Amino acid sequence: MSTTVLLLTMAACGLVTFLIRLSFIAFGHHLPDDPRITAVLRYVPPAILGALIAPEIFVAGGSLNAAPDNPRLWAALVALIVARLTRSVLATIAAGMAALWVMQGWLA
Amino acid sequence: MSEPSSRAEFLSGVRAELPLLLGVVPFGLIFGVLGLAVGMPGWAVVLSSSLVFAGSSQVVFAQLWGGATPPPVMVATVGVVNLRHLLYSAAVADYLRALPWRWKLLLAYLLTDEAFAAAIGRLRDGPATANRHFFLLGTGFTLWAGWQLSTLGGVLLGAAIPESWSLDFSIALTFIALLVLSVQRRSDAWAAIAAAAVVLPALVLPHKLGLLVAAGVGIGFGLFMRRFDREAP
Repeated sequence: MSTTVLLLTMAACGLVTFLIRLSFIAFGHHLPDDPRITAVLRYVPPAILGALIAPEIFVAGGSLNAAPDNPRLWAALVALIVARLTRSVLATIAAGMAALWVMQGWLA
Repeated sequence: MSEPSSRAEFLSGVRAELPLLLGVVPFGLIFGVLGLAVGMPGWAVVLSSSLVFAGSSQVVFAQLWGGATPPPVMVATVGVVNLRHLLYSAAVADYLRALPWRWKLLLAYLLTDEAFAAAIGRLRDGPATANRHFFLLGTGFTLWAGWQLSTLGGVLLGAAIPESWSLDFSIALTFIALLVLSVQRRSDAWAAIAAAAVVLPALVLPHKLGLLVAAGVGIGFGLFMRRFDREAP
């Protein structure tokens, strides 16, 4: 992809993000106050995060690996448990990375 | 009792934001490293932090760009990833209504997950003074500066970090932590599980549309499962 396309795409992404953030701040009185919209928005973060996480765990080097010899599977499980117990982003990253390194060494 | 000065409000916002930087700075470093790893030029990685200024969507942008995704799909996917900011915009709008346009534009630009999280308590529960928006400016500016510097640090460090460290996995770990924090009801978890299950087969869809399709299915399934939540909907 050329530099121009990269720049334009990035600028468009920035503009879309900015307009989402500006929406109610600037045009709140023109926007619908519909509980159905709020209900849909509620599920956007968990759905997006679920869709982002799964390939990071199960796809390595372009191929699918859901077998128990996939170290990322175990590391993700450890991270999930630590996240539920601590509710801390930093503790989750630390525990998950430590688990990944241990499992990579063990399964190698 | 005299009202706190604008400067005092700003500094209180800075102080409220600082603990959150503990999670944001490693994320910025990792994003910088990851951006280089997928083949983005260093200047573009740094520029995206000020142009887009939304961490998880920048990671998605880098991943999609590395996979030669058509630009319209990239813009749509980034838009969906950042759609939750509509909720923040709606939540702060009341407190910013009387401000001039230039303030609205500036504070909208700075409205991120972490700036919102650190400021909404002050806006909602604190005294309704005329300069309380300086608190939001303090949280927003602190996060902005931390994000720019950590991205730059990641780009400078990037070449020095060996691939065997698997540092890219910390992105997934960050998302896992954010997911756990965003799940408050059973149906939230179902939305995530459905999207995760659909995204793997959906990866074969052309033009990298899989993420958008999986997110749509996850949202739909969450809405469907809402009727089984114990709490009131």
